[in-house]
Amino acid sequence: MSNTSIIEAKSVSKWYGSFQALTNINLTVSKGERIVVCGPSGSGKSTLIRCFNRLEAHQGGDIIVNGVRLHPKMRNVAEVRTRVGMVFQHFNLFPHMTVLMNCMVGPMWIKGETPAAAKKIAMEYLDRVRIPEQADKYPIQLSGGQQQRVAIARSLCMQPDVMLFDEPTSALDPEMVSEVLDTMTGLAKDGMTMVCVTHEMGFARAVADRIIFMDAGQIVEEGKAENFFENPKHERTKLFLSQILNH
Amino acid sequence: MLYAETVDAEILVHKPRFIAGAFCVVFLILLMFNLPASGLGELMRPVIGEPSESGWFGRVAVSGVLALLFCANLVVIAFLPMRAQVLAVWLELLVLLLIFFETFDLSLPFILEKLPFLITQGLLTTVYISAISIMIATVIAVFGAVAKLSGNGFVFAIASFYTSFFRGLPLLMQVYLIYLGLPQLGIIVDAVPAGIIALSLCYGAYMTEIFRAGIQSIDRGQWEGARSIGFGFGLTMRRIILPQALPVIIPPTGNQFISMLKDSSLVSVIGVWELMFLARTLGQKTFQHMEMLIAVALLYWMLSIILEFIQSRIERHYARSKIR
Repeated sequence: MSNTSIIEAKSVSKWYGSFQALTNINLTVSKGERIVVCGPSGSGKSTLIRCFNRLEAHQGGDIIVNGVRLHPKMRNVAEVRTRVGMVFQHFNLFPHMTVLMNCMVGPMWIKGETPAAAKKIAMEYLDRVRIPEQADKYPIQLSGGQQQRVAIARSLCMQPDVMLFDEPTSALDPEMVSEVLDTMTGLAKDGMTMVCVTHEMGFARAVADRIIFMDAGQIVEEGKAENFFENPKHERTKLFLSQILNH
Repeated sequence: MLYAETVDAEILVHKPRFIAGAFCVVFLILLMFNLPASGLGELMRPVIGEPSESGWFGRVAVSGVLALLFCANLVVIAFLPMRAQVLAVWLELLVLLLIFFETFDLSLPFILEKLPFLITQGLLTTVYISAISIMIATVIAVFGAVAKLSGNGFVFAIASFYTSFFRGLPLLMQVYLIYLGLPQLGIIVDAVPAGIIALSLCYGAYMTEIFRAGIQSIDRGQWEGARSIGFGFGLTMRRIILPQALPVIIPPTGNQFISMLKDSSLVSVIGVWELMFLARTLGQKTFQHMEMLIAVALLYWMLSIILEFIQSRIERHYARSKIR
Protein backbone atom coordinates (compact mmCIF):
# COMPACT_ATOMS: atom_id res chain seq x y z
CA MET A 1 0.00 0.00 0.00
CA SER A 2 2.62 2.51 1.10
CA ASN A 3 4.64 2.19 -2.10
CA THR A 4 1.68 3.49 -4.13
CA SER A 5 0.56 6.15 -1.67
CA ILE A 6 1.42 9.69 -2.71
CA ILE A 7 0.19 11.56 0.34
CA GLU A 8 -0.02 10.06 3.80
CA ALA A 9 -1.42 12.06 6.70
CA LYS A 10 -1.08 10.43 10.11
CA SER A 11 -2.96 11.94 13.06
CA VAL A 12 -2.30 15.47 11.78
CA SER A 13 -3.20 18.38 14.03
CA LYS A 14 -2.85 22.10 13.49
CA TRP A 15 -3.43 25.13 15.66
CA TYR A 16 -3.81 28.83 14.90
CA GLY A 17 -2.76 30.18 18.28
CA SER A 18 -5.11 28.48 20.70
CA PHE A 19 -7.66 27.62 18.01
CA GLN A 20 -7.37 24.05 16.80
CA ALA A 21 -7.95 24.03 13.04
CA LEU A 22 -7.23 20.36 12.41
CA THR A 23 -7.67 17.50 14.85
CA ASN A 24 -6.16 14.06 14.37
CA ILE A 25 -6.57 13.78 10.61
CA ASN A 26 -5.72 10.41 9.03
CA LEU A 27 -5.83 10.20 5.25
CA THR A 28 -3.96 8.28 2.60
CA VAL A 29 -4.07 9.29 -1.04
CA SER A 30 -3.01 6.48 -3.36
CA LYS A 31 -1.67 6.87 -6.85
CA GLY A 32 -4.47 7.48 -9.34
CA GLU A 33 -7.03 8.13 -6.64
CA ARG A 34 -9.55 10.99 -6.91
CA ILE A 35 -10.61 12.37 -3.56
CA VAL A 36 -13.15 15.09 -2.89
CA VAL A 37 -13.07 16.90 0.43
CA CYS A 38 -16.26 18.69 1.41
CA GLY A 39 -17.77 20.24 4.50
CA PRO A 40 -19.14 23.51 5.85
CA SER A 41 -17.01 26.64 5.68
CA GLY A 42 -14.41 26.87 8.41
CA SER A 43 -14.23 23.11 8.73
CA GLY A 44 -10.52 22.95 7.84
CA LYS A 45 -10.75 21.52 4.30
CA SER A 46 -8.55 24.18 2.69
CA THR A 47 -6.19 24.18 5.64
CA LEU A 48 -5.74 20.44 5.26
CA ILE A 49 -4.80 20.45 1.58
CA ARG A 50 -2.62 23.52 2.06
CA CYS A 51 -0.69 21.43 4.58
CA PHE A 52 -0.07 18.82 1.87
CA ASN A 53 2.38 21.09 0.05
CA ARG A 54 3.31 22.91 3.22
CA LEU A 55 1.85 26.26 2.35
CA GLU A 56 0.68 25.81 5.94
CA ALA A 57 2.60 24.14 8.75
CA HIS A 58 1.04 21.38 10.85
CA GLN A 59 2.10 20.94 14.45
CA GLY A 60 1.06 17.40 15.36
CA GLY A 61 1.36 14.12 13.48
CA ASP A 62 3.11 13.37 10.21
CA ILE A 63 2.51 14.23 6.57
CA ILE A 64 4.52 12.23 4.04
CA VAL A 65 4.43 13.32 0.42
CA ASN A 66 6.15 11.13 -2.17
CA GLY A 67 8.09 9.52 0.66
CA VAL A 68 9.31 12.84 2.06
CA ARG A 69 8.25 13.77 5.56
CA LEU A 70 7.17 17.45 5.83
CA HIS A 71 8.64 19.18 8.86
CA PRO A 72 9.91 22.66 9.79
CA LYS A 73 13.58 21.90 9.22
CA MET A 74 13.25 20.24 5.83
CA ARG A 75 15.56 21.62 3.14
CA ASN A 76 13.82 20.21 0.08
CA VAL A 77 10.36 21.72 0.40
CA ALA A 78 10.64 23.33 -3.06
CA GLU A 79 11.40 19.90 -4.52
CA VAL A 80 8.26 18.48 -2.90
CA ARG A 81 6.18 21.39 -4.18
CA THR A 82 7.28 20.87 -7.77
CA ARG A 83 5.80 17.35 -7.54
CA VAL A 84 2.51 18.64 -6.10
CA GLY A 85 0.35 20.89 -8.28
CA MET A 86 -1.94 23.38 -6.60
CA VAL A 87 -4.92 25.27 -7.99
CA PHE A 88 -6.28 28.14 -5.91
CA GLN A 89 -9.72 29.63 -5.47
CA HIS A 90 -8.47 33.00 -6.77
CA PHE A 91 -6.21 31.52 -9.48
CA ASN A 92 -3.12 33.44 -8.28
CA LEU A 93 -1.86 33.83 -11.83
CA PHE A 94 1.03 36.25 -12.33
CA PRO A 95 -0.71 39.34 -13.77
CA HIS A 96 2.45 40.88 -15.23
CA MET A 97 3.13 37.91 -17.50
CA THR A 98 1.28 36.58 -20.50
CA VAL A 99 -0.62 33.33 -20.21
CA LEU A 100 2.19 31.57 -22.04
CA MET A 101 4.85 33.00 -19.70
CA ASN A 102 2.75 32.00 -16.68
CA CYS A 103 3.04 28.43 -17.89
CA MET A 104 6.67 28.65 -19.02
CA VAL A 105 8.28 30.06 -15.87
CA GLY A 106 8.05 26.84 -13.87
CA PRO A 107 9.72 24.60 -16.45
CA MET A 108 12.27 27.32 -17.28
CA TRP A 109 13.29 28.61 -13.88
CA ILE A 110 12.78 25.51 -11.74
CA LYS A 111 13.50 22.64 -14.08
CA GLY A 112 16.06 24.50 -16.19
CA GLU A 113 14.34 23.87 -19.52
CA THR A 114 15.35 26.00 -22.49
CA PRO A 115 12.78 28.64 -23.49
CA ALA A 116 11.96 26.63 -26.61
CA ALA A 117 11.36 23.44 -24.65
CA ALA A 118 9.39 25.30 -21.98
CA LYS A 119 7.22 26.86 -24.65
CA LYS A 120 6.53 23.47 -26.12
CA ILE A 121 5.48 22.09 -22.74
CA ALA A 122 3.35 25.17 -22.03
CA MET A 123 1.54 25.00 -25.37
CA GLU A 124 0.92 21.29 -24.89
CA TYR A 125 -0.91 21.92 -21.61
CA LEU A 126 -2.68 25.05 -22.79
CA ASP A 127 -3.95 22.86 -25.60
CA ARG A 128 -5.10 20.34 -23.06
CA VAL A 129 -7.16 22.95 -21.14
CA ARG A 130 -8.40 24.10 -24.56
CA ILE A 131 -7.19 27.71 -24.62
CA PRO A 132 -4.04 27.70 -26.77
CA GLU A 133 -5.39 30.72 -28.68
CA GLN A 134 -5.20 32.87 -25.51
CA ALA A 135 -1.47 32.24 -25.00
CA ASP A 136 -0.32 35.78 -25.74
CA LYS A 137 -2.96 37.57 -23.67
CA TYR A 138 -2.56 38.78 -20.11
CA PRO A 139 -4.57 37.06 -17.36
CA ILE A 140 -6.75 40.14 -16.78
CA GLN A 141 -8.00 39.91 -20.37
CA LEU A 142 -9.49 36.46 -19.77
CA SER A 143 -12.73 35.38 -18.11
CA GLY A 144 -12.59 33.78 -14.68
CA GLY A 145 -13.11 30.31 -16.11
CA GLN A 146 -10.33 30.80 -18.62
CA GLN A 147 -8.01 32.12 -15.92
CA GLN A 148 -8.66 29.08 -13.77
CA ARG A 149 -7.92 26.79 -16.71
CA VAL A 150 -4.64 28.65 -17.25
CA ALA A 151 -3.88 28.10 -13.57
CA ILE A 152 -4.51 24.38 -14.03
CA ALA A 153 -2.24 24.35 -17.09
CA ARG A 154 0.45 26.22 -15.15
CA SER A 155 0.43 23.49 -12.49
CA LEU A 156 0.38 20.70 -15.07
CA CYS A 157 3.47 22.14 -16.78
CA MET A 158 5.48 20.99 -13.78
CA GLN A 159 4.21 17.44 -14.50
CA PRO A 160 3.18 16.85 -10.89
CA ASP A 161 2.34 13.49 -9.32
CA VAL A 162 -0.74 14.86 -7.59
CA MET A 163 -2.98 17.87 -8.08
CA LEU A 164 -4.55 19.76 -5.17
CA PHE A 165 -7.63 21.87 -5.93
CA ASP A 166 -8.66 24.44 -3.33
CA GLU A 167 -12.27 25.39 -4.18
CA PRO A 168 -11.37 25.99 -7.84
CA THR A 169 -14.88 27.04 -8.88
CA SER A 170 -15.98 29.08 -5.84
CA ALA A 171 -14.89 32.44 -7.25
CA LEU A 172 -16.41 31.86 -10.70
CA ASP A 173 -19.63 33.07 -12.28
CA PRO A 174 -22.11 30.17 -12.56
CA GLU A 175 -21.83 29.81 -16.34
CA MET A 176 -18.07 29.33 -16.09
CA VAL A 177 -18.09 26.58 -13.50
CA SER A 178 -18.70 23.79 -15.99
CA GLU A 179 -15.74 24.58 -18.24
CA VAL A 180 -13.41 24.25 -15.26
CA LEU A 181 -15.13 21.11 -13.98
CA ASP A 182 -14.94 19.59 -17.47
CA THR A 183 -11.20 20.23 -17.50
CA MET A 184 -10.87 18.58 -14.10
CA THR A 185 -12.98 15.61 -15.18
CA GLY A 186 -10.72 15.21 -18.21
CA LEU A 187 -7.68 15.16 -15.93
CA ALA A 188 -9.32 12.53 -13.74
CA LYS A 189 -10.03 10.34 -16.76
CA ASP A 190 -6.35 10.51 -17.71
CA GLY A 191 -5.48 9.01 -14.36
CA MET A 192 -4.21 12.11 -12.51
CA THR A 193 -4.16 11.75 -8.74
CA MET A 194 -6.38 14.51 -7.37
CA VAL A 195 -7.48 15.95 -4.06
CA CYS A 196 -10.30 18.49 -4.55
CA VAL A 197 -11.88 20.73 -2.00
CA THR A 198 -15.17 21.64 -3.63
CA HIS A 199 -18.88 22.19 -3.09
CA GLU A 200 -19.71 20.83 -6.54
CA MET A 201 -21.54 17.68 -5.51
CA GLY A 202 -22.35 16.68 -9.09
CA PHE A 203 -18.63 16.66 -9.85
CA ALA A 204 -17.97 14.72 -6.66
CA ARG A 205 -20.56 12.10 -7.51
CA ALA A 206 -19.24 11.68 -11.07
CA VAL A 207 -15.50 11.72 -10.47
CA ALA A 208 -14.59 10.98 -6.86
CA ASP A 209 -13.38 7.58 -5.78
CA ARG A 210 -13.74 8.67 -2.19
CA ILE A 211 -15.46 11.54 -0.46
CA ILE A 212 -14.19 12.99 2.80
CA PHE A 213 -16.61 15.01 4.89
CA MET A 214 -15.03 17.36 7.42
CA ASP A 215 -16.49 19.42 10.21
CA ALA A 216 -14.76 21.44 12.92
CA GLY A 217 -11.31 20.31 11.87
CA GLN A 218 -12.08 16.61 11.93
CA ILE A 219 -12.93 13.98 9.36
CA VAL A 220 -16.49 13.09 10.25
CA GLU A 221 -17.21 10.60 7.52
CA GLU A 222 -15.51 9.14 4.50
CA GLY A 223 -16.65 6.66 1.93
CA LYS A 224 -17.29 5.81 -1.68
CA ALA A 225 -19.28 8.43 -3.55
CA GLU A 226 -22.46 6.39 -3.93
CA ASN A 227 -22.52 5.36 -0.25
CA PHE A 228 -21.81 8.89 0.85
CA PHE A 229 -24.75 10.40 -1.01
CA GLU A 230 -27.26 7.55 -0.63
CA ASN A 231 -26.55 6.38 2.92
CA PRO A 232 -24.74 9.02 4.93
CA LYS A 233 -24.07 7.49 8.33
CA HIS A 234 -23.48 10.56 10.43
CA GLU A 235 -26.14 13.08 11.48
CA ARG A 236 -23.85 15.99 10.66
CA THR A 237 -23.34 14.65 7.14
CA LYS A 238 -27.09 14.25 6.61
CA LEU A 239 -27.70 17.82 7.70
CA PHE A 240 -24.94 19.14 5.41
CA LEU A 241 -26.19 17.17 2.42
CA SER A 242 -29.77 18.27 2.98
CA GLN A 243 -28.66 21.89 3.09
CA ILE A 244 -26.47 21.71 0.03
CA LEU A 245 -28.66 19.50 -2.19
CA ASN A 246 -32.23 20.61 -1.39
CA HIS A 247 -32.54 24.22 -2.34
CA MET B 1 -8.56 62.12 -13.04
CA LEU B 2 -10.70 60.71 -10.31
CA TYR B 3 -14.18 59.40 -11.01
CA ALA B 4 -15.66 61.70 -13.64
CA GLU B 5 -19.30 62.57 -13.03
CA THR B 6 -21.51 61.90 -16.04
CA VAL B 7 -23.47 65.12 -15.58
CA ASP B 8 -21.80 68.47 -16.28
CA ALA B 9 -21.22 70.52 -13.16
CA GLU B 10 -22.57 74.06 -12.93
CA ILE B 11 -19.89 76.59 -13.71
CA LEU B 12 -19.36 78.35 -10.41
CA VAL B 13 -17.62 81.42 -11.79
CA HIS B 14 -20.54 82.15 -14.12
CA LYS B 15 -22.83 82.76 -11.16
CA PRO B 16 -23.24 86.49 -10.53
CA ARG B 17 -23.24 86.06 -6.77
CA PHE B 18 -19.95 84.16 -6.83
CA ILE B 19 -18.31 86.69 -9.10
CA ALA B 20 -19.56 89.56 -6.96
CA GLY B 21 -18.18 87.84 -3.87
CA ALA B 22 -14.83 87.19 -5.54
CA PHE B 23 -14.66 90.81 -6.66
CA CYS B 24 -15.26 92.08 -3.13
CA VAL B 25 -12.65 89.81 -1.57
CA VAL B 26 -9.96 90.60 -4.13
CA PHE B 27 -10.79 94.30 -4.03
CA LEU B 28 -10.48 94.45 -0.24
CA ILE B 29 -7.19 92.54 -0.27
CA LEU B 30 -5.71 94.82 -2.96
CA LEU B 31 -6.88 97.87 -1.05
CA MET B 32 -4.48 97.00 1.75
CA PHE B 33 -1.48 97.65 -0.49
CA ASN B 34 -0.31 101.06 -1.61
CA LEU B 35 -0.84 100.21 -5.27
CA PRO B 36 -0.68 103.73 -6.77
CA ALA B 37 2.99 103.80 -5.72
CA SER B 38 3.74 100.85 -8.00
CA GLY B 39 3.98 100.86 -11.78
CA LEU B 40 0.21 100.43 -11.92
CA GLY B 41 -0.34 103.92 -10.55
CA GLU B 42 1.86 105.26 -13.33
CA LEU B 43 -0.29 103.46 -15.91
CA MET B 44 -3.44 105.05 -14.50
CA ARG B 45 -2.07 108.59 -14.29
CA PRO B 46 -4.71 109.91 -16.74
CA VAL B 47 -7.46 108.86 -14.32
CA ILE B 48 -5.99 109.43 -10.88
CA GLY B 49 -3.53 112.24 -11.65
CA GLU B 50 -0.20 112.34 -9.81
CA PRO B 51 -0.08 108.84 -8.20
CA SER B 52 1.71 109.90 -5.02
CA GLU B 53 -0.94 112.51 -4.30
CA SER B 54 -4.00 110.47 -5.31
CA GLY B 55 -4.56 109.15 -1.76
CA TRP B 56 -7.56 106.86 -1.14
CA PHE B 57 -9.16 107.76 -4.45
CA GLY B 58 -6.11 106.35 -6.24
CA ARG B 59 -6.08 103.19 -4.15
CA VAL B 60 -9.75 102.50 -4.76
CA ALA B 61 -9.42 103.16 -8.47
CA VAL B 62 -6.35 100.97 -9.03
CA SER B 63 -7.67 98.12 -6.84
CA GLY B 64 -11.06 98.30 -8.52
CA VAL B 65 -9.58 98.01 -12.01
CA LEU B 66 -7.33 95.12 -10.96
CA ALA B 67 -10.15 93.23 -9.24
CA LEU B 68 -12.33 93.76 -12.31
CA LEU B 69 -9.60 92.37 -14.59
CA PHE B 70 -9.20 89.40 -12.26
CA CYS B 71 -12.90 88.56 -12.35
CA ALA B 72 -13.16 89.03 -16.12
CA ASN B 73 -10.23 86.65 -16.46
CA LEU B 74 -12.06 84.03 -14.34
CA VAL B 75 -15.21 84.30 -16.40
CA VAL B 76 -13.39 84.06 -19.73
CA ILE B 77 -11.19 81.12 -18.74
CA ALA B 78 -14.23 79.16 -17.57
CA PHE B 79 -15.45 79.09 -21.19
CA LEU B 80 -12.28 77.35 -22.42
CA PRO B 81 -11.81 73.59 -22.69
CA MET B 82 -9.72 71.95 -19.99
CA ARG B 83 -6.37 71.86 -21.82
CA ALA B 84 -6.61 75.52 -22.83
CA GLN B 85 -7.55 76.43 -19.25
CA VAL B 86 -4.44 74.72 -17.93
CA LEU B 87 -2.26 76.44 -20.50
CA ALA B 88 -3.79 79.88 -19.87
CA VAL B 89 -3.48 79.68 -16.08
CA TRP B 90 0.11 78.41 -16.31
CA LEU B 91 1.04 81.28 -18.59
CA GLU B 92 -0.61 83.87 -16.36
CA LEU B 93 1.14 82.55 -13.26
CA LEU B 94 4.45 82.53 -15.13
CA VAL B 95 3.97 86.14 -16.16
CA LEU B 96 3.20 87.09 -12.56
CA LEU B 97 6.36 85.30 -11.44
CA LEU B 98 8.42 87.14 -14.04
CA ILE B 99 6.93 90.45 -12.92
CA PHE B 100 7.97 89.53 -9.37
CA PHE B 101 11.52 88.81 -10.56
CA GLU B 102 11.49 92.02 -12.59
CA THR B 103 11.00 94.03 -9.42
CA PHE B 104 14.55 93.05 -8.35
CA ASP B 105 15.87 95.05 -11.28
CA LEU B 106 18.12 92.18 -12.36
CA SER B 107 21.11 92.59 -14.63
CA LEU B 108 20.45 90.21 -17.50
CA PRO B 109 23.92 90.55 -19.06
CA PHE B 110 25.45 89.42 -15.77
CA ILE B 111 23.23 86.32 -15.71
CA LEU B 112 24.02 85.49 -19.33
CA GLU B 113 27.71 85.90 -18.65
CA LYS B 114 27.66 83.46 -15.73
CA LEU B 115 25.11 81.02 -17.18
CA PRO B 116 27.56 78.80 -19.12
CA PHE B 117 29.65 78.27 -15.98
CA LEU B 118 26.52 77.67 -13.88
CA ILE B 119 25.53 74.91 -16.28
CA THR B 120 28.88 73.23 -17.01
CA GLN B 121 30.04 73.34 -13.38
CA GLY B 122 27.02 73.67 -11.11
CA LEU B 123 24.23 71.93 -12.96
CA LEU B 124 26.44 69.02 -14.02
CA THR B 125 27.73 68.49 -10.49
CA THR B 126 24.22 68.64 -9.06
CA VAL B 127 22.89 66.19 -11.62
CA TYR B 128 25.71 63.75 -11.24
CA ILE B 129 25.70 63.81 -7.44
CA SER B 130 21.94 63.26 -7.42
CA ALA B 131 22.00 60.57 -10.10
CA ILE B 132 24.69 58.50 -8.41
CA SER B 133 23.08 58.96 -5.00
CA ILE B 134 19.64 57.92 -6.20
CA MET B 135 21.07 54.77 -7.78
CA ILE B 136 22.89 53.80 -4.61
CA ALA B 137 19.81 54.68 -2.55
CA THR B 138 17.65 52.42 -4.73
CA VAL B 139 19.98 49.47 -4.19
CA ILE B 140 20.03 50.17 -0.44
CA ALA B 141 16.25 50.40 -0.47
CA VAL B 142 15.73 46.98 -2.09
CA PHE B 143 17.96 45.27 0.46
CA GLY B 144 16.63 47.41 3.31
CA ALA B 145 13.03 46.56 2.46
CA VAL B 146 13.72 42.84 2.26
CA ALA B 147 15.63 43.06 5.55
CA LYS B 148 12.80 44.92 7.26
CA LEU B 149 10.38 42.19 6.15
CA SER B 150 12.75 39.44 7.24
CA GLY B 151 12.07 37.08 10.10
CA ASN B 152 15.77 37.16 11.00
CA GLY B 153 16.18 39.31 14.11
CA PHE B 154 19.77 40.25 13.34
CA VAL B 155 18.97 41.49 9.85
CA PHE B 156 15.79 43.24 10.95
CA ALA B 157 17.64 45.00 13.79
CA ILE B 158 20.31 46.36 11.45
CA ALA B 159 17.74 47.56 8.92
CA SER B 160 15.45 49.19 11.46
CA PHE B 161 18.39 50.83 13.27
CA TYR B 162 19.58 52.18 9.94
CA THR B 163 16.23 53.63 8.88
CA SER B 164 15.57 55.02 12.33
CA PHE B 165 18.95 56.76 12.54
CA PHE B 166 19.10 58.21 9.05
CA ARG B 167 15.48 59.32 9.01
CA GLY B 168 15.90 60.77 12.47
CA LEU B 169 18.79 63.16 11.80
CA PRO B 170 18.66 66.29 9.67
CA LEU B 171 20.34 65.66 6.32
CA LEU B 172 22.56 68.70 6.86
CA MET B 173 23.88 67.11 10.04
CA GLN B 174 24.54 63.82 8.25
CA VAL B 175 26.58 65.68 5.63
CA TYR B 176 28.71 67.23 8.39
CA LEU B 177 28.99 63.97 10.33
CA ILE B 178 30.27 62.05 7.33
CA TYR B 179 32.59 64.74 6.00
CA LEU B 180 34.02 65.79 9.35
CA GLY B 181 33.43 62.59 11.33
CA LEU B 182 34.90 59.91 9.07
CA PRO B 183 38.43 61.40 9.20
CA GLN B 184 38.31 60.67 12.96
CA LEU B 185 38.30 57.00 12.00
CA GLY B 186 41.22 57.56 9.66
CA ILE B 187 39.01 57.54 6.57
CA ILE B 188 39.48 60.76 4.67
CA VAL B 189 36.87 61.37 2.01
CA ASP B 190 36.66 64.20 -0.48
CA ALA B 191 33.71 66.52 -0.38
CA VAL B 192 31.92 65.01 -3.39
CA PRO B 193 32.10 61.37 -2.23
CA ALA B 194 31.13 62.49 1.28
CA GLY B 195 28.09 64.26 -0.12
CA ILE B 196 27.13 61.23 -2.19
CA ILE B 197 27.47 58.93 0.83
CA ALA B 198 25.29 61.21 2.97
CA LEU B 199 22.58 61.62 0.33
CA SER B 200 22.56 57.88 -0.50
CA LEU B 201 22.28 56.80 3.11
CA CYS B 202 19.57 59.32 3.96
CA TYR B 203 17.43 58.68 0.89
CA GLY B 204 18.10 54.93 1.09
CA ALA B 205 16.42 55.03 4.50
CA TYR B 206 13.32 56.81 3.22
CA MET B 207 13.13 54.65 0.11
CA THR B 208 13.50 51.50 2.20
CA GLU B 209 10.11 52.34 3.68
CA ILE B 210 8.64 53.03 0.23
CA PHE B 211 9.90 49.70 -1.12
CA ARG B 212 8.72 47.86 1.98
CA ALA B 213 5.22 49.25 1.57
CA GLY B 214 5.25 48.39 -2.14
CA ILE B 215 6.32 44.81 -1.49
CA GLN B 216 3.71 44.42 1.22
CA SER B 217 0.97 45.70 -1.08
CA ILE B 218 1.27 42.60 -3.28
CA ASP B 219 -1.39 40.00 -2.59
CA ARG B 220 -0.35 37.02 -0.49
CA GLY B 221 -1.74 34.76 -3.20
CA GLN B 222 1.15 35.73 -5.47
CA TRP B 223 3.60 34.31 -2.92
CA GLU B 224 1.51 31.17 -2.59
CA GLY B 225 1.18 30.75 -6.34
CA ALA B 226 4.93 31.10 -6.81
CA ARG B 227 5.83 28.91 -3.85
CA SER B 228 3.41 26.18 -4.95
CA ILE B 229 5.33 25.84 -8.24
CA GLY B 230 8.54 25.49 -6.26
CA PHE B 231 9.96 29.02 -6.51
CA GLY B 232 12.40 29.96 -3.77
CA PHE B 233 12.41 33.28 -1.93
CA GLY B 234 14.87 35.09 -4.19
CA LEU B 235 13.23 34.01 -7.42
CA THR B 236 9.76 34.92 -6.15
CA MET B 237 10.98 38.32 -5.01
CA ARG B 238 12.87 39.18 -8.19
CA ARG B 239 10.51 37.79 -10.79
CA ILE B 240 7.05 37.91 -9.21
CA ILE B 241 6.83 40.40 -6.36
CA LEU B 242 9.17 43.28 -7.29
CA PRO B 243 7.91 43.65 -10.88
CA GLN B 244 4.38 43.99 -9.53
CA ALA B 245 5.43 46.29 -6.70
CA LEU B 246 7.12 48.71 -9.12
CA PRO B 247 3.94 50.56 -10.19
CA VAL B 248 3.21 51.15 -6.50
CA ILE B 249 6.78 52.19 -5.78
CA ILE B 250 7.39 54.51 -8.72
CA PRO B 251 5.22 57.54 -7.86
CA PRO B 252 6.66 58.08 -4.37
CA THR B 253 10.14 57.24 -5.67
CA GLY B 254 9.79 59.93 -8.34
CA ASN B 255 8.95 62.27 -5.52
CA GLN B 256 12.17 61.25 -3.79
CA PHE B 257 14.18 61.86 -6.98
CA ILE B 258 12.90 65.40 -7.19
CA SER B 259 13.41 65.97 -3.50
CA MET B 260 16.95 64.57 -3.70
CA LEU B 261 17.78 66.90 -6.58
CA LYS B 262 17.11 69.86 -4.35
CA ASP B 263 18.51 68.40 -1.15
CA SER B 264 21.79 67.91 -2.99
CA SER B 265 22.15 71.66 -2.39
CA LEU B 266 23.03 70.80 1.22
CA VAL B 267 26.41 69.45 0.15
CA SER B 268 27.33 73.02 -0.78
CA VAL B 269 28.15 73.52 2.91
CA ILE B 270 31.20 71.28 2.53
CA GLY B 271 32.42 73.23 -0.46
CA VAL B 272 31.21 71.20 -3.41
CA TRP B 273 30.83 73.45 -6.43
CA GLU B 274 27.27 72.50 -7.27
CA LEU B 275 24.41 74.86 -8.16
CA MET B 276 23.64 76.19 -4.72
CA PHE B 277 27.29 76.81 -3.91
CA LEU B 278 27.76 78.80 -7.11
CA ALA B 279 24.51 80.67 -6.52
CA ARG B 280 25.85 81.93 -3.20
CA THR B 281 29.38 82.68 -4.34
CA LEU B 282 29.32 83.92 -7.94
CA GLY B 283 27.36 87.10 -7.21
CA GLN B 284 29.27 88.00 -4.07
CA LYS B 285 32.04 90.04 -5.63
CA THR B 286 29.69 92.48 -7.32
CA PHE B 287 26.83 92.19 -4.81
CA GLN B 288 24.61 90.68 -7.48
CA HIS B 289 23.17 88.00 -5.20
CA MET B 290 19.63 88.02 -6.53
CA GLU B 291 20.75 87.48 -10.11
CA MET B 292 22.47 84.23 -9.29
CA LEU B 293 19.85 83.03 -6.81
CA ILE B 294 17.02 83.50 -9.27
CA ALA B 295 18.94 82.01 -12.19
CA VAL B 296 19.78 78.93 -10.13
CA ALA B 297 16.21 78.70 -8.81
CA LEU B 298 14.99 78.49 -12.40
CA LEU B 299 17.62 75.86 -13.23
CA TYR B 300 16.47 73.71 -10.31
CA TRP B 301 12.90 74.15 -11.39
CA MET B 302 13.63 73.11 -14.97
CA LEU B 303 15.43 69.98 -13.78
CA SER B 304 12.44 69.09 -11.62
CA ILE B 305 10.08 69.59 -14.53
CA ILE B 306 12.15 67.17 -16.61
CA LEU B 307 11.99 64.60 -13.81
CA GLU B 308 8.23 65.12 -13.41
CA PHE B 309 7.84 64.51 -17.11
CA ILE B 310 9.90 61.30 -17.02
CA GLN B 311 7.92 60.10 -14.00
CA SER B 312 4.58 60.64 -15.71
CA ARG B 313 5.81 58.75 -18.76
CA ILE B 314 6.86 55.78 -16.63
CA GLU B 315 3.56 55.83 -14.76
CA ARG B 316 1.65 55.82 -18.02
CA HIS B 317 3.73 52.88 -19.19
CA TYR B 318 2.75 50.82 -16.16
CA ALA B 319 -0.88 51.92 -16.27
CA ARG B 320 -1.18 50.35 -19.72
CA SER B 321 -0.89 46.79 -18.44
CA LYS B 322 -3.98 47.37 -16.29
CA ILE B 323 -6.22 48.22 -19.23
CA ARG B 324 -8.45 45.38 -20.31
